[in-house]
Amino acid sequence: MQRAKLVVVGNGMAGTRTLEELLKLAPDLYDITVFGAERHANYNRILLSPVLAGEMTLREIMLNDEQWYRDQGITLHLANPVARIDRSRRCVVAADGTSAPYDRLLLATGSAPVMLPIPGCELQGVLSYRDIADTEAMIEASGRHSHAVVIGGGLLGLEAANGLRQRGMEVTVVHLMPWLMERQLDRSAAQMLERSLADKGLRFLLGRQTERITGKDGHACAVVLKGGEEIPADLVVMAVGIRPNVDLARAAGLHCERGIVVNDTLQTHDPRIYGVGECVAHRGLTYGLVAPLFDMAKVCANHLARLGIGRYQGSISSTKLKVTGVDVFSAGDFTGGENTEEILLQDPGGGVYKKLVLRDERLVGTVLYGDTVDSAWYFQLLRDGTNVAQIRDHLMFGESHLGNTGHQGQNRAVTMPDTMEVCGCNGVTKGTIVKAIKESGLFSVDDVRKHTKASASCGSCTGLVEQLLASTIGGAYAPQAAAQKPVCTCTELTHEEVRRAIRDHHLHSIPQAMAFLDWHTPDGCASCRPALNYYVLCAWPREAQDDPQSRYINERAHANIQKNGTFSVVPRMFGGVTSAAELRRIADVVDKYAIPGVKVTGGQRIDLLGVRKEDLPRVWADLDMPSGHAYAKALRTVKTCVGSEWCRFGVQDSTALGIDLERALARMYAPHKVKLAVSGCPRNCAESGIKDVGVIGVDSGWEIYVGGNGGIKTEAAQFLVKVRTADEVLEVTGAFLQLYREEARYLDRTVAYIQRVGMDHIRMKVVDDATSRLELYQRLLFCLEGATDPWQERIAGAQSHEYEAITL
Amino acid sequence: MSATDSTLWNWQRVCDLKDLPPLGARVVSHAQGDIAVFRGAGEEVFALLDRCPHKGGPLSQGIVFGRHVSCPLHGWTIGLADGVAVAPDQGCTPGFEVRLDGGQVYLRLPALAAEPVA
Repeated sequence: MQRAKLVVVGNGMAGTRTLEELLKLAPDLYDITVFGAERHANYNRILLSPVLAGEMTLREIMLNDEQWYRDQGITLHLANPVARIDRSRRCVVAADGTSAPYDRLLLATGSAPVMLPIPGCELQGVLSYRDIADTEAMIEASGRHSHAVVIGGGLLGLEAANGLRQRGMEVTVVHLMPWLMERQLDRSAAQMLERSLADKGLRFLLGRQTERITGKDGHACAVVLKGGEEIPADLVVMAVGIRPNVDLARAAGLHCERGIVVNDTLQTHDPRIYGVGECVAHRGLTYGLVAPLFDMAKVCANHLARLGIGRYQGSISSTKLKVTGVDVFSAGDFTGGENTEEILLQDPGGGVYKKLVLRDERLVGTVLYGDTVDSAWYFQLLRDGTNVAQIRDHLMFGESHLGNTGHQGQNRAVTMPDTMEVCGCNGVTKGTIVKAIKESGLFSVDDVRKHTKASASCGSCTGLVEQLLASTIGGAYAPQAAAQKPVCTCTELTHEEVRRAIRDHHLHSIPQAMAFLDWHTPDGCASCRPALNYYVLCAWPREAQDDPQSRYINERAHANIQKNGTFSVVPRMFGGVTSAAELRRIADVVDKYAIPGVKVTGGQRIDLLGVRKEDLPRVWADLDMPSGHAYAKALRTVKTCVGSEWCRFGVQDSTALGIDLERALARMYAPHKVKLAVSGCPRNCAESGIKDVGVIGVDSGWEIYVGGNGGIKTEAAQFLVKVRTADEVLEVTGAFLQLYREEARYLDRTVAYIQRVGMDHIRMKVVDDATSRLELYQRLLFCLEGATDPWQERIAGAQSHEYEAITL
Repeated sequence: MSATDSTLWNWQRVCDLKDLPPLGARVVSHAQGDIAVFRGAGEEVFALLDRCPHKGGPLSQGIVFGRHVSCPLHGWTIGLADGVAVAPDQGCTPGFEVRLDGGQVYLRLPALAAEPVA
């Protein structure tokens, strides 16, 4: 069968990104032909400024070289712009006469710099700043001449001016508006920026209009301003804005406004023709930054692949100036206005200015100067529309990295030396990450994870990796709004959408869910299958069948795999209380099976390490103790102190309550591991403040705290409610955990879940509304009723093939 | 599969297909190292040395999906048909010929006294 033909007009970042996304989804659907006006294959346009400044080379900013196109079987025409589109014959004709028929056409023609129509604009030495050719011309000019004038004090103009200054030229920036980067910065931040750029040797003339460029022998020699002032200039760079390239589309009769008009599926008014990037107008807006282009590329590719899922609904974009040593960031509506409030920090001496604009307790805009460490975090809050009422008092001071472990307490990526380790799990240094971002053209945390392994294990350095992305590629880095993050690459759907469908449509097996939800892969992947297995079991307890093949090995074998392929065994000791008989049996088992490691765990129990897999069922049988679920996303331990039975300070019997809680909740699976603690007095010896649910006995009852964490990121638990009796503790704990089980994303600990939904939501469902609390608790009891001990089942022979090797 | 020419390779019966769980694996003990025999969602079977090219993790214990397995130790993805790690990771695990005949799984193995497989 002949394949459909896809022609792409424009070989920039938007068009090529769309092709990459398309090839991931449907590698064999189209014969693809690409026309590019430049003689270069696809390069990272946003890194032209570092090239101009001499910090990077052209080779380093190539994203897809010509070999890539050959490998994908794409026909590539370079230095050959398309001259016209023949919509009735469905073909395009290029400048050299080459014609190519299409079934689908993708317009990614980008934009062109605006040239001011002033006298002298045609002179030699007058350039725009858009592509490799412009950059090379500027570098060449900087070697021969000494005076440059940049017209336009926006993002691009300042990067050009800085680059030329780095190359030794005397540079003057002429700007029509009263302050620099007026579309991205407020006056205060712009003035601080101006001062620091002036310190680097740039000269500024603000609020001034250029009247003409004078020349000698056809070459520019000076810029004349309104009022008569004349500035010597052998090189004039115009950076006054960009204009979408719509001429080709308009000539073909496509509806255009400022850009080529597209709908939410990136389709133009001709249904066979799509458009992405700077050349399109979507809902009346055009975009000149790279992050929105990537969002468009994803949606457009999906429709080209005939999957038909996803809409582009516009982007909130952010700006970051790529001038080494100057940190500026802005996003959203930072000018404020009616119904907005501003939080301001201004320290001109220290070179720091931060402005946060709030509306209805949500962040709607921000300007950061000097300290942009938290830009990624603010941008995420902004895009997600997170309610910040509860963190308002410390919002200005950034995301608390308190207790983040594994990178020597460093929270500022910019100040770290290249040799310093960012990811303590995988031993990845800052230099390695920055190199990978530049050389492999990485744009997202996931990309960096795949290529370098940084933040791929425990994830505690994710914030640092985000900072490195932001400081290396500037505004091109846009953290994906968490609310829209798909489960994995097998689907476009979010965790919430998947869970809702499983509930609403009574999907009670993984294959059923995958079929109903149009999974792209026949049997998912190692990320989505465990999540789906948990979701169907949680939604349909005692009805859905567990799928052992969709569980990670630890949960499949009911023991923890170790680095040498052996396993560890942790029997349950309710509330951390044991007996001589249990200890004797443990000792005998250790001897009998020659178990090399015995260790007391942090959760008040005993870990037997180095058990051979085939010995597991017999070890469990000889131990004659319940499974401790130390291997599972499930209730682990309930840590206790000795409490009022022994302790001279104890006011409550914490041990008894801990045992009751553990007996009630053992065998409870959850989105992630769950740890509890009960202390008998406010001295809190059981460390209830860093547990998923922590209970502290006081004279008049029990205080319950939730969402604590003592691992990767130390997080103090938040107070939920105080109750009088142990029965009430059980009910509130059960209800909270059931809410977490029903609503959290798979692999989110309680702390992450609470951060997402907010404590108010938890209080409403678990504390304020007694009916809701009781229903939640009943649902948990229903789920746990009749749950059996997995070790007992396996001692009796269940899943025996798991433990028996085949011998020949 | 790259043992020396002098090695004798014999087809040996391993187990019934039904002994292999779909999207699962079994370990075959062998004098020269454990071999992981995998089964896809249907009746397709594969065999690799039970050792991840990264840090030697037992691939037989990983989650099987499509024609791949995810190593249980650090999550490398290894192709079942060729033993090659999915990019950007780099590495390869030796594979073995395996076939299905009348519901029985056969593995082509080096006869005793040959050099170690890898």
